[in-house]
Amino acid sequence: MKQLLSGNEAIALGAYHAGVAAATAYPGTPSTEIIENMARLDGVYVEWSTNEKVALEVAMGASYGGVRALASMKHVGLNVAADPFFAVSTTGIIGGLVVVSCDDPGEHSSQGEQDNRHFARFAKVPMLEPTDSQEAYDLMEWAFKISEEFDTPVLLRSTTRISHCKTVVNVNRERQANLKQAGFTRSPTKFVMVPSNARPRRNAMEERIIKLRSYVESFPMNQTIMGDRKLGVVSSGVAYQYAREVFKDASFLKLVTTYPFPEDLIRKFAKEVERVIVVEELDPYLEEELRCLGIPVIGKEFISIIGELTPEIVEQGAIRVGLLPAPPKPSAQPKAPPVQLPARRPQLCAGCPHVGAEYVLRKLCFQGSGSPGPIKKDEIIVTSDIGCYTLGVYPPLAALDTCACMGASITQAIGLEKAKVPNKVVAVLGDSTFMHSGITGLVDAVYNQANITVIILDNGTTAMTGHQGHPATGISARGAKATTVKLEKVVEGVGVKDLHVVNAFDLKAIESAIKHCLETKEPSVIIVRGPCPLNVKIKGKPSKVDEDLCTSCYMCLDIGCPAISLANDKAVIDAGVCLGTACGVCAQVCPQEAILKAE
Amino acid sequence: MKDVNVLMVGVGGQGVILASDAMSEIGVLSGYDVKKTDSLGMAQRGGSVVSHVRWGKHVYSPMIKRGEVDFLVGFEQLETARWAPFLRPGGVAIVADVVVIPISVIGGTIPYPNWSQTEGVLHQYTNQVYLIPAPKIAEEVGNPRAVNMVILGFLSEFLELKPEAWTDNIRQKLPPKFVESSLRAFQRGAEKAKAMRQVKGVGK
Repeated sequence: MKQLLSGNEAIALGAYHAGVAAATAYPGTPSTEIIENMARLDGVYVEWSTNEKVALEVAMGASYGGVRALASMKHVGLNVAADPFFAVSTTGIIGGLVVVSCDDPGEHSSQGEQDNRHFARFAKVPMLEPTDSQEAYDLMEWAFKISEEFDTPVLLRSTTRISHCKTVVNVNRERQANLKQAGFTRSPTKFVMVPSNARPRRNAMEERIIKLRSYVESFPMNQTIMGDRKLGVVSSGVAYQYAREVFKDASFLKLVTTYPFPEDLIRKFAKEVERVIVVEELDPYLEEELRCLGIPVIGKEFISIIGELTPEIVEQGAIRVGLLPAPPKPSAQPKAPPVQLPARRPQLCAGCPHVGAEYVLRKLCFQGSGSPGPIKKDEIIVTSDIGCYTLGVYPPLAALDTCACMGASITQAIGLEKAKVPNKVVAVLGDSTFMHSGITGLVDAVYNQANITVIILDNGTTAMTGHQGHPATGISARGAKATTVKLEKVVEGVGVKDLHVVNAFDLKAIESAIKHCLETKEPSVIIVRGPCPLNVKIKGKPSKVDEDLCTSCYMCLDIGCPAISLANDKAVIDAGVCLGTACGVCAQVCPQEAILKAE
Repeated sequence: MKDVNVLMVGVGGQGVILASDAMSEIGVLSGYDVKKTDSLGMAQRGGSVVSHVRWGKHVYSPMIKRGEVDFLVGFEQLETARWAPFLRPGGVAIVADVVVIPISVIGGTIPYPNWSQTEGVLHQYTNQVYLIPAPKIAEEVGNPRAVNMVILGFLSEFLELKPEAWTDNIRQKLPPKFVESSLRAFQRGAEKAKAMRQVKGVGK
């Protein structure tokens, strides 16, 4: 049956038809939809895990129990899961285990760019890369087979343009009715990695790679397409599609097994063409491999090592180095007056529960300035984390000083305080991020008596990736009721004595809690609680501006609410967007009391 | 069958993805190879949304090259202006009469371009520019959220498929209570296209 599937849908369905029994993930763009789709299918254990390390370890346990398991994550998620990734490469598996890494070239929705193909070579794990959804679907079956045949986890590496691209898939398999039953066989030399057991496993890892080297030589999805033999293009992933688009007549070697490499296949292809080039996104990964084989090749000389590729970038690079003829100069286009177009950045939504706290932080901590440069003694450092609230770095809120990786808000704050910077330090992170990797930092703050204040912006969901459940929401990956891990109990449980819980839409309460915590000499936590309006679909009666009272002071614009704009120099509120009675932050900011909340 | 490249642009929450999904499925049902990809970034938080839809005998790249867009379908004026350079010379720009002011304009230095400026930008690449009162039409059929259906209806007049190809998909895609009003919105969009093309003197 022909279906139009995104790469992530195809990965989920492919794994499902391959008989996966357990699938785990922490949400992260562009990988999130794999588990979301899996959660719509029956007969699989599906979970949102606390973080990626947990996800992979749960999948690893399921594999040890004899069933097929999958863990998916975004590129930086594999950094978090690197420890179990290497560990399971060492022990090997029982039930097939596939790790899906979705890289985000160009950082559409990420804090950094990295090429996770290196992880395969680094951890000695075989890697497969699809070039479209059909291959993503087909490769899942192969990935589990390879995993079981060679006693190894398998890395399936996708990127944004594979995961978030819909292409036609011939869905030609079904899930088998009788899957293997789970059962554990005791085997300390395989599962208990004390040094004396781990050393023989190192030998097994190298032997496995040698066997895989010869296996991938005849892997049916690596494909040689002979065209004009003047130019031979070696490529993989979505870059292969751009190469086909741009080099219309060339010969191609499409590689799906990108670790280990089919060396003979590559040598054979190189012999049959006059000149070899590599078209790949991010690092010169294939290119270096070809060089090691002694094949003269160009790649990164004409395609940038940075950012997401487009067919245009490939084409322009090829023209620049003479691989393609320059296009005829376009005839002069009519010139309209140049118009500068304003940017449209993402922003916090109308009624967002993060706005109030970030507004108060800007006022208290940045004293309304926040311009880059050495800060004044009485200003406060605000370390931040990964989530919607990170958008508070943009004006007009502009209330954050750092954002690096999940959980780092709390731990960076500890470091700044222990370095004895003269300023007080406040850490800001979300409820999901706190569960992901904030808790260990908070334990550190308590243990080492860091005098910091941690603000947990609790909107009751993992909002940025599209409202997934997490331990503090009490909602499972399948949307069912789950046990709720209470934030307050966790915070108190690790030993925080100074804990406040305040309403996210009550600016006075937020301000007085922060002021109080800044004065205490111990680690303190403020939970600022309010639901994400996109998640719970709250609709309050919209607020209104009394034009006669508005003095055009623009104070209401400082909260950056998308519902507020100016007309004839007076504030106006878009009733179709405003959450009014459910929010009311702007009314608390207006010094003229010109913003009226509906009755 | 001619290859078709459609770039749909707008702002998070406008239904761009639903419309481009419909476009893609209709392409498959009509016998094309289809690829489509969305650039969302953090679009649900008010950023721009871009959707590439490609129909062809065999489609390789999911992304359309600059200068090769046959139909630039704008759900919002500023976003349409932003993506104008992707139009092929003589391509068609369909623009919904919708303005969503970005936060950078409020209290910023770069003003929101007025329609004649946006039209000027588009005219650098094509003279086939259609500004359609999609919100007004959607309002008239009693479903203000069906702006995307008006736009799809308008676009359908330029693509040589049977109307049922579109309407069947819409029926399938939407919750039952929105189907009738959405189909009316689609129909009105198609009628609007007929009328405007006659005025412009551009036949099929």
